[in-house]
Amino acid sequence: MPVTATAPLLKMSGITKSFPGVKALDGVSLEVAPREIHALLGENGAGKSTLLKILAGAQGPDQGEIVFDGKPVTLANPHVAQQLGIVTIYQEFTLAPDMSIAENVFIGREPGRWPFVSWSRMASETEKLTRRIGLDRNPMTLVRDLSVAEQQMVEIARALSMDSRVIIMDEPTSALSLAEVEKLFKIVRRLREEGISIIFVTHRLEEVMEVCDRFTVLRDGRNAGAGDVADITIDGIIRLMVGREVNTLFEHREAPPPGAVALEVKGLTRLRTAQDPHATEIRDVSLSVRSGEILGIAGLVGAGRTETARAIFGADPFDSGTVIIGGETVSIRSPRDAISRGIGLVPEDRKLQALFLAQAIRTNMSIASLDQIEHFGFFMDEAKERRLVEDYRKLLNIRMAGPDQPVGNLSGGNQQKVVLARWLALRPKVLIVDEPTRGIDIGAKVEVHNLLYEMARSGIAVIAISSELPEVLAVSDRIITMREGKVTGELPRSGATQEKLMAMMTLGSQSRAA
Amino acid sequence: MAEARPGAASDNGVDLFGFLARFAPLIFLFVLMAIFSLLEPRFLSSINLFNVMRQVSITGLLAIGMTFVILTAGIDLSVGSLLAFAGLVAAAVAKGGMQDRFTVGEGGVGYGWELAALAAILVGVVGGLIQGVSITRLKVPPFVVTLGGMSVFRGAALLFAAGGPISGFEHDFTWWGQGKIGPVPVPVIIFLVFGLIAHIVLRYTRYGRQIYAVGGNPEAARLSGLNVTWIICSVYVIMGFFAGLGSFVLAARLNSAEAVAGTGYELTVIASVVIGGTSLFGGVGTIFGTIVGSFLIGVLLNGLVIMNVSSYIQQIIIGVIIVLAVAFDTFAKSRRKRV
Repeated sequence: MPVTATAPLLKMSGITKSFPGVKALDGVSLEVAPREIHALLGENGAGKSTLLKILAGAQGPDQGEIVFDGKPVTLANPHVAQQLGIVTIYQEFTLAPDMSIAENVFIGREPGRWPFVSWSRMASETEKLTRRIGLDRNPMTLVRDLSVAEQQMVEIARALSMDSRVIIMDEPTSALSLAEVEKLFKIVRRLREEGISIIFVTHRLEEVMEVCDRFTVLRDGRNAGAGDVADITIDGIIRLMVGREVNTLFEHREAPPPGAVALEVKGLTRLRTAQDPHATEIRDVSLSVRSGEILGIAGLVGAGRTETARAIFGADPFDSGTVIIGGETVSIRSPRDAISRGIGLVPEDRKLQALFLAQAIRTNMSIASLDQIEHFGFFMDEAKERRLVEDYRKLLNIRMAGPDQPVGNLSGGNQQKVVLARWLALRPKVLIVDEPTRGIDIGAKVEVHNLLYEMARSGIAVIAISSELPEVLAVSDRIITMREGKVTGELPRSGATQEKLMAMMTLGSQSRAA
Repeated sequence: MAEARPGAASDNGVDLFGFLARFAPLIFLFVLMAIFSLLEPRFLSSINLFNVMRQVSITGLLAIGMTFVILTAGIDLSVGSLLAFAGLVAAAVAKGGMQDRFTVGEGGVGYGWELAALAAILVGVVGGLIQGVSITRLKVPPFVVTLGGMSVFRGAALLFAAGGPISGFEHDFTWWGQGKIGPVPVPVIIFLVFGLIAHIVLRYTRYGRQIYAVGGNPEAARLSGLNVTWIICSVYVIMGFFAGLGSFVLAARLNSAEAVAGTGYELTVIASVVIGGTSLFGGVGTIFGTIVGSFLIGVLLNGLVIMNVSSYIQQIIIGVIIVLAVAFDTFAKSRRKRV
């Protein structure tokens, strides 16, 4: 239970941090009580990451005061922060995959008399820590052989080994299955009982309601609100985050008249191989989507949604199954084949799989449709390319300085629009969008949803994959669910609710609990 | 967070760092020339300047090819060895075989310079193709493949030459290395013409775009429908073409081809490209930068020679410069990320 009456364990006040041309934080304060799970919330770009970096000692504030345990402190570098007991667990883990659990937990602080390492002590200490949080693994197991959830527990064990008093978790649930999230919450509550405070950063507001005691919301680098979670609703938090009413958010559109079947997939199967024993399998997946229709695919992480999309697009090979486009069975062996058949894919990881971050917006936008902007079959027609960029800038309302601006400078939402423009320029018959709004803020999400409607209206068959059920419900005309590589059900939009979908996604999945 | 702001770097006035980063090689080149001309007035004589340019043109040609390779985040260590081997083959063709390898100016025995040049380029292209296929099909990293190639081609050259040089060519062969058009040495013209062609290819063609894309993010390039395998393979063929062309010009200039030619060129060539601002991480760089980088290295070496600095110290300086150039690139990159 929150102990808000006592003096705060951590108190940041008046924190200001500027980067060239940008004020990332402007007089922000944050108070975390002892034995408290504190949610730090805000849209992307609100200043959360900068605040976390200051807490971790990775960056210094320009102004402001940090009081820890009653004493003013200067977090000059990450080492100082760790010495004080402030430990950050990042979204991307910082483990060495080819070293054991024990080595990772004690990396840089190996027990034993210098220069020797006491392996037995390292193993036994590690086991104590992992048992405390319910990780039942031999300390000498290589981190590579652990699941994502188990790797996260190793990170937590490492934090505990440093005698942490505040553990900061940045998006800890984003890669976990439902059962794993529950398990994580159990650990987090247990740590609270042991007297550790947790700063919990997440986009999933339901989780805030479930596990957090208090919250702080940032907006545009300033404090937008703070208080007890018990006193607020999800809608209330969203209002604080966006600073406006969002009742239009995730509103559904009219179902369009169905067109002809644009894409049909029958019996798509991709099994694990010896080379890739951790791959997610897909088994006997069949689906179809009509022109002008948006087919939603719902499922938990590891259900095989992305793998299905990648197999259809030719990004990964598959073992068996047929892909039928416009009534014709086609052979797709590479993304090139798929593109020539009129299929596009907006991949799930924008930065790793879609964008050329250092390069100009125009080259990013035209790279898949270069044959449309060349003359004499060899040279680029740059004037035509600039017109293309200008057309899509207007159509998709992309906020950018100019076509030569590096795409890496844009916000997540505008980056995603550039990726969408790349595919729209090809005039695809089928467009698969995988997590189309991951990591972009709520205003841009609504815009992307509207773009998906527009695409469907123009006759494109859209397949939308999303981990957020409200999003699947908002954009889809028809929804299929997947679990463990298989299609487990299908619902029209009119008959679907979050509860029904969740049941279809998780039914009988107890065996998956790690 | 800068991510929500278009043009974050440019709207607080002039981005001095960005400007410096862009023109640093050119500024450095002029500063260096100013220093050398103050220390040694002979440096600025047109004879010496054309001499510098002639020296630069061979490694400069290789650097043009290397720019294509490094833009895809690859590397080619075999250039010097491949150049030696290709040069020997060209020389043997020009001499009509190995019998008259030491005779000077014996007319009418061998084949013309055209066939000799063609042979050199053919050897280079085939050598590059073998390495390109090894990299893309056998999935061996470019560093390893071309390190192997470095040894293989040098061995082939030594075997082919059987220990001695092949020298003494017709005048119309040596013209390509020693001749002049007006005051300008022919190799310099070859270098600049091919530099211009390469610039146009990289800057204005579809193929050029695809090279930058593959270097910038190979997975995104594949998912955008690019034939990544083909593009990666092709840059090693281009590198091979320039190694062949360079070997022909070098043999013509020296009126001789030998198995130890081009030893250590990989270092000079990679240094020229990197100093010119091409990123070893791929996706960033220009031919203009490479040409400036080539001249920079050439001026530096020439200036040091004029000032009687030992060639051992020159090696040390080149090594240090490579590391500094990459450090600068890494620094510029991390700065871009933070802003």
